[in-house]
Amino acid sequence: MLRTILTALTLFALWLLMSGIYKPLIVWMGVGSSVIAVYVVRRMDNAADTERLAVRLRPLTTIGYWFWLLIEIAKANWAVTKLILSPKMNLNRHLFKVPYTQKTDLGQTIFANSITLTPGTISVEVEEGDFLVHAVSYSGDDMDALSDMDRRVAAIESAGA
Amino acid sequence: MMGLIVEILSWILIVSGGAFTLIGAIGTLRFPDFWSRLHAASVSESAGMILLIFGMCLQAGPTLITVKLLIIGAFIIITGPTSTHAVASAALTSGETPESDEDTRKSQEGKS
Repeated sequence: MLRTILTALTLFALWLLMSGIYKPLIVWMGVGSSVIAVYVVRRMDNAADTERLAVRLRPLTTIGYWFWLLIEIAKANWAVTKLILSPKMNLNRHLFKVPYTQKTDLGQTIFANSITLTPGTISVEVEEGDFLVHAVSYSGDDMDALSDMDRRVAAIESAGA
Repeated sequence: MMGLIVEILSWILIVSGGAFTLIGAIGTLRFPDFWSRLHAASVSESAGMILLIFGMCLQAGPTLITVKLLIIGAFIIITGPTSTHAVASAALTSGETPESDEDTRKSQEGKS
């Protein structure tokens, strides 16, 4: 029950931020739409007996990880930009396997999305224990950089998960 | 004075974001095959998008528009890689196998 009320309040807060018009009629429509949205979600929860997505991450480590990732994205962008603008495009395309050590689905998703978010590497396919990763200018360092990223993503998962 | 600094900074961000978006587009045209083009497109998706969003945030100042821009940015950061992965995975499944670097070198030497 607490979870339902919190969801409705979060949705309503989001609605207030998006709307920007605070006339009584409009605000009541916002209240109504968040209540209807929560009702529909509850019904869908009952209809499909899937597991709920549990978000278990260390908050501070996660924020630190995002800053680190932002710097990685900047570096990788610069590398790919140089590659695009160089007259001779010295591509070294390669498809290789990267092992992942995250235990939760969310952790694996964050790792795979981080790989794709940094230009130059794209996670193509998920296999048992490995991601298939495509790189545009592959070098031996890529493997080390990716296992470093893997370690950092595994570190933001909380121990209980 | 403060306003001027913010203005200059925001235009630096917007212009460089636009430049990265353009570079991504150039790369998408220049790169030889499907897989490398995906990499080029991700330059406009990450650097271009992030710089443009921050530049526009500075233009908007502390208003609701900034909040909306940040929410848009967060959504693109999640949906961008997901859709790239969907495209790449679909390509691999439908038999678009990536060329290995070895083959590429040989064919480039053959052409030049």
